[in-house]
Amino acid sequence: MSRTALLVLADGRFPAGGHAHSGGMEAAVASGRVRDTASLEAFCRGRLHTAGLVAAGLAAAAADGYDALLLDEAADTRTPVPALRRVARRLGRQLMRAARATWPSADLDHLAHHRPEGAHQPVVLGVTARAAGLTPLDAAQAAAYESVGGPAAAAVRLLSLDPFDATAALARLAHELDTVADTAANAARRAAAEGVAALPAASAPLLDITGEQHAAWTVRLFAS
Amino acid sequence: MNVTTAHPPTENPAPAGEPLEADGGPHGRRPAGPTPAHPSGVVATARIRATHNGRTTTVPLLHNDGPFHLRRLRAHGEQARVRVLGAMSAPLGGDRLALDITVETHARLEVTSAAATIALRGPTTVPATYDVRVRVGDHATLHWLPEPLISTQGSTLHQTLAIDLAPTSHLLMREEQLLGRSGEPPGHLTTRLTVHRGGRPLLDQHTAYGDPAPAWDGPAVLGTHRATGQLLLVDPELDTPREPRVICDDPAQGHAALTPLADPRALIATAVAPTPARLRHLLDTALTYAYETPTSQGLS
Repeated sequence: MSRTALLVLADGRFPAGGHAHSGGMEAAVASGRVRDTASLEAFCRGRLHTAGLVAAGLAAAAADGYDALLLDEAADTRTPVPALRRVARRLGRQLMRAARATWPSADLDHLAHHRPEGAHQPVVLGVTARAAGLTPLDAAQAAAYESVGGPAAAAVRLLSLDPFDATAALARLAHELDTVADTAANAARRAAAEGVAALPAASAPLLDITGEQHAAWTVRLFAS
Repeated sequence: MNVTTAHPPTENPAPAGEPLEADGGPHGRRPAGPTPAHPSGVVATARIRATHNGRTTTVPLLHNDGPFHLRRLRAHGEQARVRVLGAMSAPLGGDRLALDITVETHARLEVTSAAATIALRGPTTVPATYDVRVRVGDHATLHWLPEPLISTQGSTLHQTLAIDLAPTSHLLMREEQLLGRSGEPPGHLTTRLTVHRGGRPLLDQHTAYGDPAPAWDGPAVLGTHRATGQLLLVDPELDTPREPRVICDDPAQGHAALTPLADPRALIATAVAPTPARLRHLLDTALTYAYETPTSQGLS
């Protein structure tokens, strides 16, 4: 309904705790896999089409009114490493707190009641979008943007990259981001008839392996 | 070798470097439905069914089809063993291959392959499909340990693995993917792995490597590694929560993580490596850790 609601939800200043997470960027920088703007862009593109696509599909389905608890289970089956499941639930819990204060709704209360330890963040994001009167495509767009916005901001801090360069890299991904959001929203529509198997399940081995490695670090700048 | 024995000569005509573009369908699209995509494509479904006769496991159904030749091997105790021979190494463009494995109540079966499965372009750019469907019954065990799948330049293969387990089933599965032969860029390879346990989803993963998959060789997905694989162990007796293990965190030599799924009775190892030998080493190490008891893990 309100275009502004989407801006509020997707704003990095929305108090949902996302700034403490690098989406795997800290591990990628530490191993030397990301060291400049070009490798930053390649990282973000890879994350967008894997973790970002999965998150966008879950968010779109949740915004479409699909059973959030089944989506939470679907998120678990798409997240093979426990470190990333913990991160997703922690972020979900933080988003839930901000969302209930911002757009109170029975759907958010229901999910919070059944997942007191936190539901997967993209599921909470989708239910939040619904509460804010947004469409499944809006929810997919927000999830897809978040999947690259966080890592790009983290790379600026970790590598002292020029923020203009990092932002330009994000802008170059805009078209692919739209495509991912469209794909996710279409999959969410199919899920209504075919079940959660219709939702994207794209995986990235390095994000999984290094996500688990990073969780074991004793000193780190980002929580993930 | 296996390629030529697998397909009748007429199906393997491609003079070197002479792509028959005119016969190809639309690029990169998987035709809907079960209709064969291309006249030269092989449509074949091989079937294996193992059952328990009260004393030991027997394999009453071993149905060869198309490129699949199945052979019984000498049993290991109560475990029957079947090897997939020969033409497994040749999904060519347009092929529609399927392998159904059913392990009935109390049966114990191991299925291996004799050689790597090699996805080749063949005479057409039409995608090939290879669907493995597995059902494991109550108190039954399947070890599905094929040799690697190699995606060669110019090939397109869409692979699915659909595994349906009973709550009391045991499963050990290893899958390895090699992206391109030595010094060669890979073809396009997608794999959807879905595992259900007691009717509930346990694991759902989709990978896409090789052009046109976006950023598959970038720092979030495979980086510089061209060998990747997984080991999945489902064991209803795994009731103690297992700590994740990171294996060999020297990025240049590849690395792996062995972790419990959300259902703690399943452990998965995901590995990436620069070479097939390193990949196998990582997955073998993961298997050793997976079979360690939590006590011995604490002592090590």
